[in-house]
Formats: sequence, C-alpha cells, structure tokens
Amino acid sequence: MDTIYLDNNATTQVDPEVVDAMLPYFTEQFGNPSSLHQYGNQVGQALKTARQQVQSLLGAEHDSEILFTSCGTESDSTAILSALKAQPNRREIITSVVEHPAVLALCEYLEKEGYTVHYLEVDGQGRLDLDAYRKLLSDQVAIVSVMWANNETGTLFPVVEMAEMAWEAGVMFHTDAVQAVGKIPMDLKSTKIDMLSLSGHKLHAPKGIGVLYLRRGTRFRPLLRGGHQERGRRAGTENSASIVALGKAAEMAEANLEHENTVVKRLRDKLEAGILEKVNYAFATGDVNNRLPNTSDIAFEYIEGESILLLLNKEGIAASSGSACTSGSLEPSHVMRAMGLPYTAAHGTVRFSLSRYTTEEEIDRVIAVVPGIIEQLRNLSPYWKQGAPVQDAFDPAYA
Amino acid sequence: MWNYSEKVQEHFFNPRNAGELEEANGVGDVGSLSCGDALRLMLKVDEKTDTILDARFQTFGCGSAIASSSALTEIIKGKTLDEALQVSNQEIADFLDGLPPEKMHCSVMGREALQAAIANYRGEEWHDDHEEGALVCKCFAIDEVMIEDTIRANNLSSVEEVTNYTKAGGGCSACHEGIEDILARVMAERGEVFSAGAANPVAPAKNAASVAADAEAALTQIEMPTPAPEAAVPPAGEGPKLTNLQRIRKIEEVIERARPALQRDRGDIELIDVDGRRVYVKLTGACSGCQMASMTLTGIQQQMMEELKEFVQLVPVSKAPAGMGA
Ligand SMILES: Cc1ncc(COP(=O)(O)O)c(C=O)c1O
Ligand code: FES
Repeated sequence: MDTIYLDNNATTQVDPEVVDAMLPYFTEQFGNPSSLHQYGNQVGQALKTARQQVQSLLGAEHDSEILFTSCGTESDSTAILSALKAQPNRREIITSVVEHPAVLALCEYLEKEGYTVHYLEVDGQGRLDLDAYRKLLSDQVAIVSVMWANNETGTLFPVVEMAEMAWEAGVMFHTDAVQAVGKIPMDLKSTKIDMLSLSGHKLHAPKGIGVLYLRRGTRFRPLLRGGHQERGRRAGTENSASIVALGKAAEMAEANLEHENTVVKRLRDKLEAGILEKVNYAFATGDVNNRLPNTSDIAFEYIEGESILLLLNKEGIAASSGSACTSGSLEPSHVMRAMGLPYTAAHGTVRFSLSRYTTEEEIDRVIAVVPGIIEQLRNLSPYWKQGAPVQDAFDPAYA
Repeated sequence: MWNYSEKVQEHFFNPRNAGELEEANGVGDVGSLSCGDALRLMLKVDEKTDTILDARFQTFGCGSAIASSSALTEIIKGKTLDEALQVSNQEIADFLDGLPPEKMHCSVMGREALQAAIANYRGEEWHDDHEEGALVCKCFAIDEVMIEDTIRANNLSSVEEVTNYTKAGGGCSACHEGIEDILARVMAERGEVFSAGAANPVAPAKNAASVAADAEAALTQIEMPTPAPEAAVPPAGEGPKLTNLQRIRKIEEVIERARPALQRDRGDIELIDVDGRRVYVKLTGACSGCQMASMTLTGIQQQMMEELKEFVQLVPVSKAPAGMGA
C-alpha cells in the first residue's frame, strides 16, 4: 500500500535535488570553510551562495543578516537570550500562550530566573488581541517573541503589524517563523522585524539546520562563543553540507511559493470540505480564513486523537494530533486549551499538513477513509449512540 | 508514536466484546470526556453463582485505553466476582505484553471500572480515591502525586532525598527540574523556601565545594540507596494494624507471587530487608537493570500497598538503576 504523508508541519521529506546538492560536501568538498587553502575556499563559496539563497527567500536586505544555527530551537533561544543579555535593564518579555515549546519552555525557565513574561491570550479562533498587546509594550520590555504561523492550526499572527507597533515603542521584535517560511511570501526588508527563526527540516532540507535572521544594527550577544564563524555570532565549525542543502531548499521553496498558495491550498480546502461534509460533530480549528495554505486541523468530537491516528496509520495515512495521549502528558495540547476548545473536542483533534508532494489522488483517498474511521471509533464510545452523542447517559464514579 | 506491543495493537484494531450489553446487571462507568478517557464496563452476572457470564465495554480514549478494556473483558469472563476482584491492573498490562509507562493509567482505569461494575451489581456505593498525576520520572515510572505525597509525609527538601525515597531522579536526570518544581510547591505549603543545592533548607549557606560534594554524594547514593535518615512512619491506614511479622509475611507472599512471571523471563526477585516503609529487594537475571525492571517493581509495589494498606517503597539494591547507560 502506498503511504500518504500528511504530517509536513512535523517534518518534511528532503527533496532529492537537495540531497544531490549536499552530498559532495560529505566527500570531496570536505574542507573547513575557515581554511585559507583551496579546500576551504570552495566550501566558503558554497556557504555564501546558500546565505544568498536564504536571503532571497526571506527578502532580507543583506546576506550577512543570515546566521546559520543548528535548528529552529537554537535560533529561538539565541534571539530571546541575546535580547535579554544585550539590554540588562529590561526585565520583561512579551510572547503568546500558543507558542511552540522552543519559546514557551524557555520563557518558563526565564520566569524562574526572575524575568516577567507576559503571555498574550488568544480567542476561540486562536487570534490575538492587539490592543492588549499595545498596552504591554514599554521600555521595560526587552523583546517580543511571537510566532508567525501556529504549528498546530496554521493560524497566522499579524507579525508585520506587531513588529511595527514594537518598533514605535522602541522594543525589539522576534518571530518564530519556522512554520511560515516557504509557505507564505515574506519581504523582511520592508518590515520592522528584528529577528526571525526558521528551520530547514520544515522546508524539505535536512534536520539539524536552522537560521536566525538578524537585522543589521540589531543589538546582539552570541549564545555560543568560540571561533569567529558566522562573524563570531555563532561559533562552531559550519555544518557545510546541511547549509548547502538549506540554501538549495530555500531556492526551491521560493520557486514553489505560488504552487503552495494555489495548488496545495486548493487540495487542503478540498480535504477539509470533503471530511466535514461527511462527518458531523466535527469542525476546523483556528482562524480558518487566515492560516497557512497547507494546514487543516480538524476536531472530531466524542473520540480521542491517538485512536484516530492509529487507525489512519493502518490505512497508510500519516497525520498528527494535539491529543494528550500522543504526547505523553495527561493534558490536551496547550494550543487547543488556549483557544478554549469544548472539552468534547479537545482530545480529538487531527492535524493534516500537506506539501508540494501531496497529490489529488491522495486527498481523495483520505476523504474516502476518514469518515469510516470516525464512525468506527464513535461506535466504541460510551458517549455515542446511533449517530448522535449521548453525553448524559454516562455517569462516572469519578471524573 | 508509542511503542505498542503486538498484543496491544491486536486488541486495539480488533477489540473483543465491544459494544452495549443489553442484559447487563452490573455497570461501571469511570473517567470523563474532559480527562481524555472514559470506560463503561457492563457485566452479566449469574445471580446464583456470582459468575461473570458476559462482559462488554464502551471506551472513549487512546489506543491503549481501548486495548486495556478489551483485555479486561477477556480476562474476567467466566470468573466469579471474587476472583475478578483479584485482577490487578498489572495483570491487564501483562495480558497485553506490557504497556508503555505513560500508559499504565489505562490499565488502572480498567481495574477501577471493574470494581465500580461489581459494586453496582452488588448495590454498593463505590468510591475511589483515584488520584493520578502526570508522569514525572520516566526512568522509574513515578508520577507527581507519588512524589508530592512522599515529600509531604517525610518533610523532604532536596532532589537527592526524593531520589532516595522514591527513586525518581536516579536515572537519566531529565526529571530533576520537574522534581524541583514539586519540592518548591510542597515546601511553600509548609512555609519553607526550596533552594537547589541545599540539602537542608535551614542549614547555613554552603560553599560551592560542599554543594559539589553533595551532588557527588547523591550520585553515589544512586548505586546503593542508604536507608531513610529517620524511621519513616507509615500513614494511619484503615483496617486493623498488622504486626511486624504479619507485615513481613504479606510482603513475602507478594514477592513469591511475582516470582514465576519473572522466572519466565529468566529473572528473579529476592527479599533482602524491610526497614519501615522501605522494602529492599534484589532483582537478578534478565530483568535487572532494564527499563522493564522499574515497571515490574512498580507493579509489585502496588500489590504490596494493596495488601498492606499502607504506603511502601520497593528499593532495588546492588544494581545500576534503570535508564542509566552501563
Ligand atoms: C513553530 C515551531 N518553532 C520551533 C520549532 C523547532 O524547530 P527545530 O525542530 O528545528 O528545533 C518547530 C518544530 O516543530 C516549530 O513548529
Ligand atoms: S526520568 Fe527521572 S531519572 Fe530519568
């Protein structure tokens, strides 16, 4: 059976062209780019090209604004910790309740270290309240860190506008754009965004390579000190093969942007409409009119997400879920809780995330398979009887 | 994704005895929509012999919740109610060739549904002091509630002490921050401030060298847990108090019962000593030192607590803790 991979927000397959581009850097092009001899020189040139490819995808003004890191998480940490160290008198951070753990867990740690963190709330569609945000901006705030696109729902935050507001208040602005880069167009030079994180493995490059965009003139303190790599802003011999791969992937992503926002988006819409037409007590989560073109997160009421994933997996369909049981915690995803999803649905969310490899046939097959799986599980559920919920019939001895 | 055994997958994909049981005369509902799993167990009991003639279930929950429900119905069919009540959650997990530590609560839910259904058949009220916390230490499968209770009962104030009492934190160290958070919370209840690195909050401030020495000592303690500093007082349990001899006999019984299963896997367990609430055992053979060891111990410990109606801590001796590389 052919497998259908609809979990591209978790990670993507490395494009074969990207693999071809990186392979020589494991063999003949093994030089250290810092070396003066020809071995190093050639690799140094390749890194420069990669930097320009990423610069172009982001619409950055200078290629020196692109710093290669080891992952999105490192970029997020570097950005936030740098802002704190460079501005020791500012002890506050503004972020949102729905950030990725790469930002949230760091902020929780910083709270323990004595910093004040303001977590912007979201409404039922996962949207921010910009008035509340404006009121928090002050000369006490070292950095705003807000994601561009949410990894679970795909909801987009108005980061360009928010960066503008931060700039007016004299506050540094960082965005975790790990999910957004390559899926929506961006032109950083025309914005007030100071720092931006991206991660290679979300755009068909390998895992373990990331970028921090650092606007020229932004105050900065390195996370890793040592050699002069990346102009001393991120020490450690460059991961040249992966950097070359990310450059290639960035070039391909830029060429693919239109496809992503036409073909991929249409397939996503077809998938969502197709499922919701056949399955009752189900709905799409997040800000559905303002989200990534590839993401559809559907909440199925009265059943649990992990069971759905296991049955999908048996059909060769790979997706993911914000349910508690898939993460090892006892709580459903913080994103679903933050949006106040009804508890009948919070455990039954399934995220389908497409890519440029997704085909019409695959989407048709998923639409054909999902309703049966949902019905099968609902028939097992004590909250369901003959096609309708029977919530009151269940009288637990404890809750 | 979870590493489910073949058996768990089999019972999830092809659940036995799923659906309503029209002529049920004992029904047990446990769990809720909001907590993410819920199970209704329906029994048809022969009123003359108290034998379970049929059992069916309806479950809202994850793969292992559905598989545990299915396993439970298979295990109890044909048993008398008294026999069925002997079924432990470990037995449900064993029937499925084990559950991941994070998923053991699914088997606990099965056992509770069974108690609830039998109580319902007998016309009794069933109350559960069900309390379950997030898993804090994955190496030893120890949850938040267990750590909290132990800190409270013994006035603990450092991660090292928590490791000595519960084993939590004695493996890969990933949970130390989590344990510190719990310490900070519980110590705040008793008006103390948790400070990382200080073994005793009222002790004068230590210099860096002695803190390092403490850490060193803590590491050595992992190898061979030293007995608790003061004799631990078991919480006042309901029911008649056991004499020391009765207690040790019961402990021996539980260990004897556990041995055949371990021996099947070419392992064994031996009672070394009992000191207050700490029961020292020696695990040998295939089951020592692996991830399974902690699960085995948790299961045995739970049975012991059920038998003794008091909190006991099973402490493995002379072996490297599970989860640590060789
Ligand atoms: C929004 C967001 N930020 C950060 C990350 C972490 O990126 P990486 O895995 O490269 O550290 C992810 C990946 O899951 C993400 O979705
Ligand atoms: S998780 Fe607690 S020691 Fe490994």
